[in-house]
Amino acid sequence: MDKLGVFVMPAVVLCIVLFGFLRKVPVFDTFVAGAKEGLRSTVSILPSLIGLIMAVSMLSASGALDLLSSFLAPVASLIGLPKQAMPLALIRPVSGSGSTAVLTQIFYDCGPDSFVGRVASVMSGSTETTFYAIAVYFGAVGIKKTRHTIPAALTADLTVCIVSALAVRLFFT
Amino acid sequence: MNKLLNYIWAGMILFSVFCAAVTGRMEPLSNAVLSGASGAVTLVLSMTGMMCAWTGLMKIADEGGLTLLLAKALNPLMRRLFPECKPGGPAVKAMCMNITANLLGLGNAATPLGIAAMQELKKNNPTQTADNSMVTFVVLNTASIQLIPTTLGILRAQYGSAAPFEILPAVWVTSVCSVIVGLTAAKLMEGLLRG
Repeated sequence: MDKLGVFVMPAVVLCIVLFGFLRKVPVFDTFVAGAKEGLRSTVSILPSLIGLIMAVSMLSASGALDLLSSFLAPVASLIGLPKQAMPLALIRPVSGSGSTAVLTQIFYDCGPDSFVGRVASVMSGSTETTFYAIAVYFGAVGIKKTRHTIPAALTADLTVCIVSALAVRLFFT
Repeated sequence: MNKLLNYIWAGMILFSVFCAAVTGRMEPLSNAVLSGASGAVTLVLSMTGMMCAWTGLMKIADEGGLTLLLAKALNPLMRRLFPECKPGGPAVKAMCMNITANLLGLGNAATPLGIAAMQELKKNNPTQTADNSMVTFVVLNTASIQLIPTTLGILRAQYGSAAPFEILPAVWVTSVCSVIVGLTAAKLMEGLLRG
Protein backbone atom coordinates (compact mmCIF):
# COMPACT_ATOMS: atom_id res chain seq x y z
CA MET A 1 0.00 0.00 0.00
CA ASP A 2 2.79 2.45 0.81
CA LYS A 3 4.17 2.00 -2.72
CA LEU A 4 1.05 3.65 -4.14
CA GLY A 5 2.23 7.16 -3.33
CA VAL A 6 5.43 6.69 -5.38
CA PHE A 7 3.50 6.48 -8.66
CA VAL A 8 1.38 9.56 -8.07
CA MET A 9 3.98 12.19 -8.95
CA PRO A 10 5.20 10.90 -12.37
CA ALA A 11 1.62 10.10 -13.39
CA VAL A 12 0.44 13.60 -12.50
CA VAL A 13 3.29 15.28 -14.40
CA LEU A 14 2.65 13.15 -17.49
CA CYS A 15 -1.11 13.76 -17.39
CA ILE A 16 -0.77 17.53 -17.01
CA VAL A 17 1.69 17.97 -19.87
CA LEU A 18 -0.29 15.66 -22.15
CA PHE A 19 -3.58 17.37 -21.22
CA GLY A 20 -2.13 20.82 -21.95
CA PHE A 21 -0.58 19.65 -25.21
CA LEU A 22 -3.82 18.08 -26.45
CA ARG A 23 -5.74 21.24 -25.54
CA LYS A 24 -3.28 23.28 -27.63
CA VAL A 25 -1.81 25.16 -24.66
CA PRO A 26 1.66 26.59 -25.43
CA VAL A 27 3.01 24.25 -22.77
CA PHE A 28 6.52 25.59 -22.28
CA ASP A 29 5.56 29.28 -22.32
CA THR A 30 2.77 28.56 -19.85
CA PHE A 31 5.12 26.55 -17.65
CA VAL A 32 7.54 29.47 -17.53
CA ALA A 33 4.77 31.93 -16.68
CA GLY A 34 3.57 29.64 -13.87
CA ALA A 35 7.10 29.12 -12.55
CA LYS A 36 7.50 32.90 -12.40
CA GLU A 37 4.41 33.13 -10.16
CA GLY A 38 5.80 30.34 -8.01
CA LEU A 39 9.10 32.19 -7.64
CA ARG A 40 7.28 35.33 -6.55
CA SER A 41 5.26 33.54 -3.88
CA THR A 42 8.26 31.58 -2.62
CA VAL A 43 10.21 34.81 -2.17
CA SER A 44 7.25 36.45 -0.46
CA ILE A 45 7.03 33.77 2.27
CA LEU A 46 10.76 33.96 3.03
CA PRO A 47 10.73 36.85 5.56
CA SER A 48 8.04 35.32 7.78
CA LEU A 49 9.73 31.92 7.53
CA ILE A 50 13.06 33.40 8.65
CA GLY A 51 11.40 34.89 11.72
CA LEU A 52 9.47 31.78 12.63
CA ILE A 53 12.19 29.21 11.91
CA MET A 54 14.52 31.32 14.03
CA ALA A 55 11.98 31.33 16.88
CA VAL A 56 11.35 27.58 16.63
CA SER A 57 15.11 26.85 16.52
CA MET A 58 15.44 28.90 19.69
CA LEU A 59 12.59 26.99 21.33
CA SER A 60 14.29 23.74 20.39
CA ALA A 61 17.83 24.70 21.43
CA SER A 62 16.72 26.06 24.80
CA GLY A 63 14.86 22.87 25.63
CA ALA A 64 11.58 24.78 25.70
CA LEU A 65 10.10 22.68 22.89
CA ASP A 66 10.77 19.45 24.83
CA LEU A 67 9.30 21.03 27.94
CA LEU A 68 6.17 22.07 26.03
CA SER A 69 5.82 18.59 24.47
CA SER A 70 6.18 16.87 27.86
CA PHE A 71 3.72 19.29 29.42
CA LEU A 72 1.18 18.49 26.68
CA ALA A 73 1.92 14.74 26.71
CA PRO A 74 -1.28 13.85 28.66
CA VAL A 75 -3.42 15.62 26.05
CA ALA A 76 -1.42 13.97 23.26
CA SER A 77 -1.94 10.48 24.64
CA LEU A 78 -5.63 11.23 25.11
CA ILE A 79 -6.08 11.84 21.37
CA GLY A 80 -3.45 9.27 20.34
CA LEU A 81 -0.84 11.71 19.02
CA PRO A 82 2.91 11.34 19.60
CA LYS A 83 3.84 14.10 22.07
CA GLN A 84 6.40 15.66 19.68
CA ALA A 85 3.55 16.47 17.29
CA MET A 86 1.60 18.51 19.88
CA PRO A 87 3.36 21.86 19.22
CA LEU A 88 2.44 21.42 15.55
CA ALA A 89 -1.21 20.79 16.43
CA LEU A 90 -1.23 24.04 18.41
CA ILE A 91 0.32 26.33 15.82
CA ARG A 92 -1.20 24.78 12.67
CA PRO A 93 -4.57 26.63 12.80
CA VAL A 94 -2.89 29.96 13.54
CA SER A 95 0.11 30.31 11.23
CA GLY A 96 1.16 28.61 8.00
CA SER A 97 4.81 29.67 8.20
CA GLY A 98 4.88 28.84 11.90
CA SER A 99 3.70 25.30 11.24
CA THR A 100 6.27 24.91 8.45
CA ALA A 101 8.92 25.95 10.98
CA VAL A 102 7.69 23.43 13.58
CA LEU A 103 7.35 20.70 10.93
CA THR A 104 10.93 21.16 9.71
CA GLN A 105 12.12 21.03 13.32
CA ILE A 106 10.32 17.68 13.73
CA PHE A 107 11.87 16.41 10.47
CA TYR A 108 15.29 17.55 11.71
CA ASP A 109 14.90 15.92 15.14
CA CYS A 110 13.11 12.67 14.22
CA GLY A 111 13.40 12.33 10.42
CA PRO A 112 10.53 12.58 7.89
CA ASP A 113 10.17 8.78 7.63
CA SER A 114 9.86 8.17 11.39
CA PHE A 115 6.44 7.60 12.94
CA VAL A 116 6.42 11.13 14.38
CA GLY A 117 7.63 12.55 11.05
CA ARG A 118 4.86 10.81 9.15
CA VAL A 119 2.13 11.81 11.59
CA ALA A 120 3.36 15.42 11.47
CA SER A 121 3.35 15.23 7.65
CA VAL A 122 -0.22 13.96 7.53
CA MET A 123 -1.32 16.65 10.00
CA SER A 124 0.23 19.38 7.86
CA GLY A 125 -1.17 17.97 4.64
CA SER A 126 -4.72 17.60 5.94
CA THR A 127 -5.25 20.99 7.56
CA GLU A 128 -5.25 24.62 6.56
CA THR A 129 -4.47 27.78 8.50
CA THR A 130 -7.98 27.83 9.97
CA PHE A 131 -8.02 31.25 11.67
CA TYR A 132 -6.33 32.91 8.73
CA ALA A 133 -8.96 31.60 6.30
CA ILE A 134 -11.80 32.69 8.61
CA ALA A 135 -10.28 36.17 9.02
CA VAL A 136 -9.66 36.63 5.29
CA TYR A 137 -13.04 35.46 4.00
CA PHE A 138 -15.32 37.07 6.58
CA GLY A 139 -13.12 40.15 6.75
CA ALA A 140 -13.40 40.65 2.99
CA VAL A 141 -17.19 41.06 3.13
CA GLY A 142 -17.54 42.75 6.52
CA ILE A 143 -19.16 39.88 8.41
CA LYS A 144 -18.74 40.41 12.18
CA LYS A 145 -20.68 37.47 13.62
CA THR A 146 -19.28 34.18 12.32
CA ARG A 147 -21.77 32.04 14.33
CA HIS A 148 -20.71 28.37 14.32
CA THR A 149 -17.76 28.74 11.90
CA ILE A 150 -14.98 28.50 14.50
CA PRO A 151 -16.44 25.55 16.48
CA ALA A 152 -17.12 23.59 13.26
CA ALA A 153 -13.68 24.35 11.79
CA LEU A 154 -11.92 23.40 15.03
CA THR A 155 -13.91 20.14 15.20
CA ALA A 156 -12.48 19.33 11.77
CA ASP A 157 -8.95 20.21 12.98
CA LEU A 158 -9.37 17.99 16.04
CA THR A 159 -10.49 15.17 13.73
CA VAL A 160 -7.22 15.55 11.82
CA CYS A 161 -5.23 15.24 15.06
CA ILE A 162 -7.03 12.02 15.98
CA VAL A 163 -7.17 10.43 12.52
CA SER A 164 -3.62 11.26 11.36
CA ALA A 165 -1.94 8.92 13.84
CA LEU A 166 -4.48 6.17 13.05
CA ALA A 167 -3.99 6.61 9.29
CA VAL A 168 -0.20 6.41 9.62
CA ARG A 169 -0.55 3.20 11.64
CA LEU A 170 -2.94 1.84 8.99
CA PHE A 171 -0.75 2.59 5.96
CA PHE A 172 2.69 1.94 7.48
CA THR A 173 2.84 -1.21 9.54
CA MET B 1 -5.38 37.16 13.44
CA ASN B 2 -2.00 38.67 12.62
CA LYS B 3 -2.15 40.35 16.02
CA LEU B 4 -2.23 36.92 17.67
CA LEU B 5 0.91 35.90 15.81
CA ASN B 6 2.74 38.90 17.26
CA TYR B 7 2.05 37.60 20.76
CA ILE B 8 2.93 34.01 19.84
CA TRP B 9 6.22 35.02 18.23
CA ALA B 10 7.25 37.25 21.13
CA GLY B 11 6.18 34.50 23.54
CA MET B 12 8.29 31.90 21.73
CA ILE B 13 11.40 34.06 21.96
CA LEU B 14 10.89 35.15 25.59
CA PHE B 15 10.15 31.59 26.68
CA SER B 16 13.25 30.27 24.85
CA VAL B 17 15.58 32.76 26.50
CA PHE B 18 14.01 32.09 29.90
CA CYS B 19 14.38 28.30 29.49
CA ALA B 20 17.95 28.61 28.26
CA ALA B 21 18.83 30.85 31.22
CA VAL B 22 17.35 28.38 33.71
CA THR B 23 18.89 25.26 32.17
CA GLY B 24 22.20 26.88 31.22
CA ARG B 25 21.85 26.44 27.47
CA MET B 26 22.76 29.96 26.41
CA GLU B 27 25.43 28.82 23.97
CA PRO B 28 23.22 26.47 21.92
CA LEU B 29 20.54 29.18 22.03
CA SER B 30 22.83 31.82 20.60
CA ASN B 31 23.88 29.38 17.87
CA ALA B 32 20.21 28.68 17.15
CA VAL B 33 19.48 32.35 16.45
CA LEU B 34 22.09 32.40 13.70
CA SER B 35 21.56 28.91 12.30
CA GLY B 36 17.77 29.24 12.38
CA ALA B 37 17.75 32.42 10.34
CA SER B 38 20.26 31.21 7.78
CA GLY B 39 18.68 27.75 7.73
CA ALA B 40 15.37 29.28 6.65
CA VAL B 41 17.05 30.89 3.65
CA THR B 42 18.83 27.66 2.69
CA LEU B 43 15.59 25.74 3.00
CA VAL B 44 13.56 28.14 0.86
CA LEU B 45 16.29 28.43 -1.78
CA SER B 46 16.64 24.66 -2.07
CA MET B 47 12.84 24.28 -2.35
CA THR B 48 12.41 27.03 -4.93
CA GLY B 49 13.20 24.90 -7.99
CA MET B 50 10.62 22.27 -7.18
CA MET B 51 8.02 24.84 -6.11
CA CYS B 52 8.39 26.70 -9.42
CA ALA B 53 8.27 23.48 -11.45
CA TRP B 54 5.01 22.63 -9.74
CA THR B 55 3.35 26.04 -10.17
CA GLY B 56 4.47 25.91 -13.82
CA LEU B 57 2.79 22.52 -14.33
CA MET B 58 -0.38 23.66 -12.61
CA LYS B 59 -0.49 26.74 -14.83
CA ILE B 60 -0.54 24.39 -17.86
CA ALA B 61 -3.44 22.42 -16.35
CA ASP B 62 -5.30 25.63 -15.56
CA GLU B 63 -4.81 27.14 -19.05
CA GLY B 64 -5.94 23.84 -20.57
CA GLY B 65 -9.28 24.32 -18.81
CA LEU B 66 -8.89 21.71 -16.07
CA THR B 67 -10.24 24.08 -13.41
CA LEU B 68 -13.39 24.78 -15.44
CA LEU B 69 -13.94 21.08 -16.18
CA LEU B 70 -13.63 20.07 -12.54
CA ALA B 71 -15.80 22.99 -11.40
CA LYS B 72 -18.62 21.69 -13.62
CA ALA B 73 -18.23 18.19 -12.19
CA LEU B 74 -18.78 19.63 -8.70
CA ASN B 75 -22.25 21.02 -9.45
CA PRO B 76 -24.33 18.07 -8.11
CA LEU B 77 -22.39 18.13 -4.84
CA MET B 78 -22.93 21.88 -4.50
CA ARG B 79 -26.71 21.46 -4.46
CA ARG B 80 -26.45 19.32 -1.34
CA LEU B 81 -23.90 21.49 0.42
CA PHE B 82 -25.56 24.82 -0.33
CA PRO B 83 -29.31 24.22 -0.49
CA GLU B 84 -29.97 27.95 0.08
CA CYS B 85 -28.15 28.95 -3.11
CA LYS B 86 -29.62 29.02 -6.60
CA PRO B 87 -28.14 26.07 -8.55
CA GLY B 88 -25.82 27.33 -11.27
CA GLY B 89 -26.06 30.91 -9.95
CA PRO B 90 -23.04 33.24 -9.74
CA ALA B 91 -22.39 32.38 -6.08
CA VAL B 92 -22.32 28.63 -6.79
CA LYS B 93 -20.07 29.18 -9.81
CA ALA B 94 -17.57 31.22 -7.82
CA MET B 95 -17.59 28.66 -4.99
CA CYS B 96 -17.00 25.81 -7.48
CA MET B 97 -13.98 27.61 -8.91
CA ASN B 98 -12.58 28.21 -5.43
CA ILE B 99 -13.07 24.57 -4.39
CA THR B 100 -11.42 23.33 -7.60
CA ALA B 101 -8.47 25.67 -7.14
CA ASN B 102 -8.11 24.30 -3.60
CA LEU B 103 -8.25 20.71 -4.84
CA LEU B 104 -5.48 21.46 -7.33
CA GLY B 105 -3.43 23.33 -4.72
CA LEU B 106 -3.60 26.65 -6.59
CA GLY B 107 -3.40 28.64 -3.36
CA ASN B 108 -2.73 31.98 -5.08
CA ALA B 109 -5.84 31.59 -7.23
CA ALA B 110 -8.07 30.05 -4.56
CA THR B 111 -8.11 33.03 -2.19
CA PRO B 112 -9.34 35.71 -4.68
CA LEU B 113 -11.88 33.21 -6.06
CA GLY B 114 -13.08 32.52 -2.52
CA ILE B 115 -13.41 36.22 -1.76
CA ALA B 116 -15.40 36.64 -4.99
CA ALA B 117 -17.67 33.81 -3.84
CA MET B 118 -18.16 35.48 -0.45
CA GLN B 119 -19.08 38.75 -2.20
CA GLU B 120 -21.70 36.89 -4.24
CA LEU B 121 -23.11 35.32 -1.07
CA LYS B 122 -23.11 38.73 0.64
CA LYS B 123 -25.50 40.08 -2.02
CA ASN B 124 -28.27 37.97 -0.48
CA ASN B 125 -27.32 38.88 3.07
CA PRO B 126 -27.39 42.58 4.06
CA THR B 127 -26.59 41.84 7.74
CA GLN B 128 -23.23 41.51 9.51
CA THR B 129 -24.05 37.94 10.57
CA ALA B 130 -22.85 34.96 8.56
CA ASP B 131 -25.55 32.82 6.92
CA ASN B 132 -25.45 29.03 6.67
CA SER B 133 -23.96 29.01 3.16
CA MET B 134 -21.14 31.33 4.21
CA VAL B 135 -20.29 29.22 7.24
CA THR B 136 -20.28 25.97 5.23
CA PHE B 137 -18.12 27.57 2.54
CA VAL B 138 -15.57 29.01 4.99
CA VAL B 139 -15.42 25.75 6.99
CA LEU B 140 -14.64 23.97 3.71
CA ASN B 141 -11.82 26.45 3.15
CA THR B 142 -10.37 25.90 6.63
CA ALA B 143 -9.95 22.20 5.87
CA SER B 144 -7.29 21.14 3.38
CA ILE B 145 -8.74 19.42 0.35
CA GLN B 146 -5.56 19.71 -1.72
CA LEU B 147 -5.11 16.47 -3.70
CA ILE B 148 -1.32 16.70 -3.83
CA PRO B 149 0.21 18.68 -0.96
CA THR B 150 3.29 19.66 -2.96
CA THR B 151 5.02 21.89 -0.43
CA LEU B 152 4.79 19.08 2.11
CA GLY B 153 6.32 16.57 -0.34
CA ILE B 154 9.13 18.96 -1.21
CA LEU B 155 9.86 19.60 2.48
CA ARG B 156 9.97 15.85 3.13
CA ALA B 157 12.37 15.41 0.21
CA GLN B 158 14.59 18.21 1.57
CA TYR B 159 14.91 16.40 4.89
CA GLY B 160 15.93 13.14 3.21
CA SER B 161 12.70 11.17 3.00
CA ALA B 162 13.16 7.96 0.99
CA ALA B 163 9.71 8.39 -0.58
CA PRO B 164 8.39 11.92 0.03
CA PHE B 165 4.94 11.25 -1.42
CA GLU B 166 4.30 7.89 0.25
CA ILE B 167 2.18 9.69 2.86
CA LEU B 168 -0.42 10.68 0.23
CA PRO B 169 -2.92 7.85 0.91
CA ALA B 170 -2.81 8.62 4.64
CA VAL B 171 -3.27 12.35 3.90
CA TRP B 172 -6.29 11.63 1.68
CA VAL B 173 -7.99 9.43 4.28
CA THR B 174 -7.37 12.04 6.98
CA SER B 175 -8.54 14.95 4.78
CA VAL B 176 -11.76 13.16 3.80
CA CYS B 177 -12.54 12.38 7.47
CA SER B 178 -11.87 15.97 8.51
CA VAL B 179 -13.98 17.49 5.71
CA ILE B 180 -16.89 15.15 6.46
CA VAL B 181 -16.71 15.90 10.19
CA GLY B 182 -16.32 19.65 9.59
CA LEU B 183 -19.29 19.88 7.22
CA THR B 184 -21.46 17.65 9.41
CA ALA B 185 -20.56 19.75 12.46
CA ALA B 186 -21.45 22.91 10.51
CA LYS B 187 -24.85 21.47 9.52
CA LEU B 188 -25.61 20.21 13.03
CA MET B 189 -24.69 23.52 14.66
CA GLU B 190 -26.78 25.60 12.25
CA GLY B 191 -29.75 25.61 14.61
CA LEU B 192 -27.67 26.21 17.74
CA LEU B 193 -26.08 29.54 16.91
CA ARG B 194 -28.44 31.90 15.18
CA GLY B 195 -26.26 34.95 15.78
